[in-house]
Amino acid sequence: MSVADALDPRPQDPAMGGIIKLACLAVGGQGGGVLTGWIEDMARANGYVAQATSVAGVAQRTGATVYYLELAPASAQRPIFSLMPAAGDVDVMIAAEMMEAGRSIIRGFVTPDRTTLIASTHRALAVSEKMAPGDGIANSDEVLAAADIAARRVIAADFDQIAIKNGSVISASLFGALAASGTLPFPVTAFEAAIRSGGKGIEGSLRAFKAGYLAAQDGAPRPAPPAPPKIAPVKGPAKLLAGWHALTARVATLPAPAQDMALAGLKKVVQFQDLAYGAAYLDRLTLMAQIDRPPHAVSTEAAKYIANAMCYDDIIRVADAKTRQGRRARIAAEMGAKEAHVMQVTEFLHPRAEEIVSMLPTKIGARWAAKPKRMALLDRLFGKGRRLRTDGLTAFVTLYVLGGLKSYRRRTLRHAQEVAHMERWLARATALVPANYDLAVEVLRCRRLVKGYSDTHARGLSKFDKVLSGITAVEGRSDAADWARRLREAALKDEEGAALDGALATIRSFS
Amino acid sequence: MAERSFKAEVEHLRLGAGDTFTGEGILAITKALLESGVGYVGGYQGAPISHLMDVLADAEDLLSELGVRFEANANEAAAAAMLAASVHYPIRGAVTFKGPVGVNVASDALANLSSSGVTGGALIIVGEDYGEGSSIMQERTQPFAMKSQFWLLDPRPNLPSIVKAVSDGFDLSEASNTPVMLMVRIRSCHVTGSFECRDNQRPRETVREALSNPRSDFARVVLPPMSYVHEQDKIKNRWPAAEKFILDRQLNEIFGPRDAALGIVVQGGMYNGVIRALQRLGLADLYGQTAVPIYVLNVTYPLISSEFLTFCAGKDHVLVVEEGQPELIETQFGSFLYRAESTVKLHGKGLFPQAGEYTGAVMLQAVEGFIRKAAPGLLAATVRAPNADKPQIPDLTKTVPIRPPGFCTGCPERPIFAAMKLVEKELGKHQIAADIGCHLFASLPPFEIGGATMGYGLGPAANGAFDGGGERRPISIIGDGGFWHNGLSSSFTNMSFNKSDGVAIVVDNYYSAATGGQDVMSSRADNATKRTKNPIAKALNGVGIDWVRQVNRTYDVARMRDVIREALTTDAPGPKVIIASSECMLNKQRREKPLVQKAIKEGRRVDIPRFGVDAEICTGDHACIRLSGCPSLSLKKLDDPLRDDPVASIDQSCVGCGNCGEVSEAAILCPSFYRADVVHNPGRIEKVWSSLRARFIDWLIARRAAHRLDFEAAP
Repeated sequence: MSVADALDPRPQDPAMGGIIKLACLAVGGQGGGVLTGWIEDMARANGYVAQATSVAGVAQRTGATVYYLELAPASAQRPIFSLMPAAGDVDVMIAAEMMEAGRSIIRGFVTPDRTTLIASTHRALAVSEKMAPGDGIANSDEVLAAADIAARRVIAADFDQIAIKNGSVISASLFGALAASGTLPFPVTAFEAAIRSGGKGIEGSLRAFKAGYLAAQDGAPRPAPPAPPKIAPVKGPAKLLAGWHALTARVATLPAPAQDMALAGLKKVVQFQDLAYGAAYLDRLTLMAQIDRPPHAVSTEAAKYIANAMCYDDIIRVADAKTRQGRRARIAAEMGAKEAHVMQVTEFLHPRAEEIVSMLPTKIGARWAAKPKRMALLDRLFGKGRRLRTDGLTAFVTLYVLGGLKSYRRRTLRHAQEVAHMERWLARATALVPANYDLAVEVLRCRRLVKGYSDTHARGLSKFDKVLSGITAVEGRSDAADWARRLREAALKDEEGAALDGALATIRSFS
Repeated sequence: MAERSFKAEVEHLRLGAGDTFTGEGILAITKALLESGVGYVGGYQGAPISHLMDVLADAEDLLSELGVRFEANANEAAAAAMLAASVHYPIRGAVTFKGPVGVNVASDALANLSSSGVTGGALIIVGEDYGEGSSIMQERTQPFAMKSQFWLLDPRPNLPSIVKAVSDGFDLSEASNTPVMLMVRIRSCHVTGSFECRDNQRPRETVREALSNPRSDFARVVLPPMSYVHEQDKIKNRWPAAEKFILDRQLNEIFGPRDAALGIVVQGGMYNGVIRALQRLGLADLYGQTAVPIYVLNVTYPLISSEFLTFCAGKDHVLVVEEGQPELIETQFGSFLYRAESTVKLHGKGLFPQAGEYTGAVMLQAVEGFIRKAAPGLLAATVRAPNADKPQIPDLTKTVPIRPPGFCTGCPERPIFAAMKLVEKELGKHQIAADIGCHLFASLPPFEIGGATMGYGLGPAANGAFDGGGERRPISIIGDGGFWHNGLSSSFTNMSFNKSDGVAIVVDNYYSAATGGQDVMSSRADNATKRTKNPIAKALNGVGIDWVRQVNRTYDVARMRDVIREALTTDAPGPKVIIASSECMLNKQRREKPLVQKAIKEGRRVDIPRFGVDAEICTGDHACIRLSGCPSLSLKKLDDPLRDDPVASIDQSCVGCGNCGEVSEAAILCPSFYRADVVHNPGRIEKVWSSLRARFIDWLIARRAAHRLDFEAAP
């Protein structure tokens, strides 16, 4: 795709008497055709001639697709309409998704001299954004900022959410925004009449239309900046609460910039295990804080990643999460299950021999893990996909019992392995703090690479090791921290680590 | 049954003289066929004319009332061959398919038809799939008309012009004994507008009547020496007759002033684009009144030298607006001018880009460039020397991700390719040939399976060179649409006859899904007028392929994986074919959703499954997405400072196909997926039993919670 040159604005020609050019860029399946139909019918019913076109075909299978309309007052002669929107020549641009708004700007359909841009701020993520092992989500703010420059007027709101809330689809709420924009010479009643003559789902469409109309009229509120996380009061038995408060008091002794993160980390660690484990977390964190200096990035990152490292994903944690208070209500709300319904919940689990063995006491587990024959036996016995109905008693109780094994957890092979791995990593960072502070911070951040289960987890660990070995290679350089960051970002780009291997090759070429 | 129903719109086809038709281009063409007294219609679906086939199928009642035969042809070659009925009989026939790929397939029949010549009007309606939204290689249909010498119409893109082109096309065909192709571009097929109707006509002779009075004439058979006579007949008789007809009926149009130093020649289909450019330059008004003479080629083959030279007389500069390449029309015009020793300067490619669609911006730039050269005085001062500042709009090309088409939510083809990805992880990368159809989306991320596509039904044939086998078996993929279109004969007999060692996977989704869900031979649906339910396996056995594995639920990823592995590793000789069958989810939902709603309303027990993700358990590695790409499986950012990466999340559009759970199981991904079945109208015992269980579970949960700190308590 190329950037369309922003064409020179041309004055509206009186010979073009009253023509309105309207384009709609949507993702296949969003109801762009319905929206186009409404506008067309409304125009024809109100003394206008209208022409609509669209590109049907495979583009409509979840791809980006464009609809285009031209309207002009009816007269004895037939106007000559164009069949496609042209860069620099669109009066109203409706983008049914944020990145499609960006695409309409790239294609030159949004220009400051004439275009009213009506955009839904919600995201339908593209495959390329979703499949990155890290955070590949495109930046909506950049698009909004560009829209402010490119458009004569921007009307932006989450029209998708507005439609869903009103039991309808986005075409209806966008139609409401179009009515509110005042860009078409038709009264609101004409818009509503078009919906009524449409046939299916009229009531929901009208509700979403009205809500979309109001949202667009309210000066189109932009998505609010994320509110600071709400701190729910901690509840529980008095004895535990006293212990908790003692721990939070220790958080207050940490460097100020790290305290919020430390509190979040403490919460996670205590929830994962118990108060003693929380104390161990604070012990480790305090050691890092003692060698830290302003701006205290070491403490902040340590607060974050030590917590994540201590809360590894073992069977106990998964079983506990699946049997915890509030889960059924949360799922029911998400699925729209009401009192009158019955809800069944099926879990998809696939423990491997590795997971079973890692739950054994450290020494026994290590012995088993070293014997391939025994591992193969375990895989035969346990290693298969299990579907557990956690609304049923057998499966629930099984998981409930497993989730209750917290007191035993610290004796497992898995715990020993995780602790050893964490200690090596922290020692590495600790050693770097005096000489290369920034690199120490980057080493702490590398913990982000360890995630997932089974093969994915193993691949994460190997990427972690690769990045750390790469860091060793550049340790002496003044830009070592920069390289460490680049290595980590490369590791998060693709699954197999091709980008990481490329970056490592670069490092080897000069080290 | 097709994805889109035209049952309501088809009623408009009954309109008569005095009525005004308002609607889509496709319907207008159908109406024009009926007004022209067509005797038989057919074709093969494919964008942008899929809906024309759907309209014809939905209009079968009306067609049979009028004595018109509708044939849903097996492929484009079969459709074109059907026009043979117009060779001897004075019956008008029309077929439709997409161009140029459909024309490629049909070209054998079209060439024979053109040699034989026709008695009744023969019309081929081609949807030219070029430019934005096209799903095929970017080529032109024009050269097919030139090589076989049939006539090509490219009417202005508005309903009255398109409707007129249909009836002109039949007349031209009969006047010159030559088939006529009517080309409509992607957007023209779906453009809306109005035209004044005429009454529908019954055919002069129906195909049934023709069968009672059979005719033959060996002079029309393509065999020597008649084939030599045909060639001479084309040049000496049919061509002059066509030219005369085109001139007499003024099929090409001239707009604008008679005298000017410049002029524009335009393919009919590009006319509106040229007018828009002139409008933007202040040289035309809303109704197309223009200061620049325009010669509109509603017939782009044959080109008529005399008419063109008359238009050029007195002009210094002429611009040819011809989309696509090579620039066949421009070259022909250059030759006309040269032979006439003309001094007119011809413009075209150069001002226009050689390749690619003539978008609004391209058209404006080229037309403006032409006028600057030919008659700069025509341009307003503001256009000649604009002084307004260009706004600096930030470059978003690096921000906005591409959004190619992909598998729909719940698509049954997704698990097949997830399974293939898993097998390739075990056995290594394989040579994979793809075909045409939705399954070709697998060549895109996240699957990236399949390296090339050679045409519809040609997937296994495209692996012919590898049929001898090697260390790893070649794999090919073909859909059920491709299987019946051309695959059985071109791909599977080829495999069987050559004792191929390869593996072929037939992706059977019960429809020709990519073209809009039309029925094919193996469709499971009842179809009143077509023979469906013919198993693919039976056809394969018939051509001597015995190693056939039928998988009836593609969502069973583990089984899919095992069957593919078996096919790749078995010692069995000969072709190994896997038929992976599950219904296209788009069509299934369209069929089942209303039934489910009705059942719920009527108080019957209905179980609605949907998947979810435990955000706490998901670690944000997105391995599941790399084996899915489902639109409903997306990401969300958690409001948790400890989390760097967004976690998987399933939205309300999930149809509960099961792929997520199966994949996480088969690939051993993670335990965060769950399926929630919401049972509507549960039975009384079920309800009581469920609430008893819930109470016991709640008691267990509360018991444990009492000994723990609760961090998630609502304030």
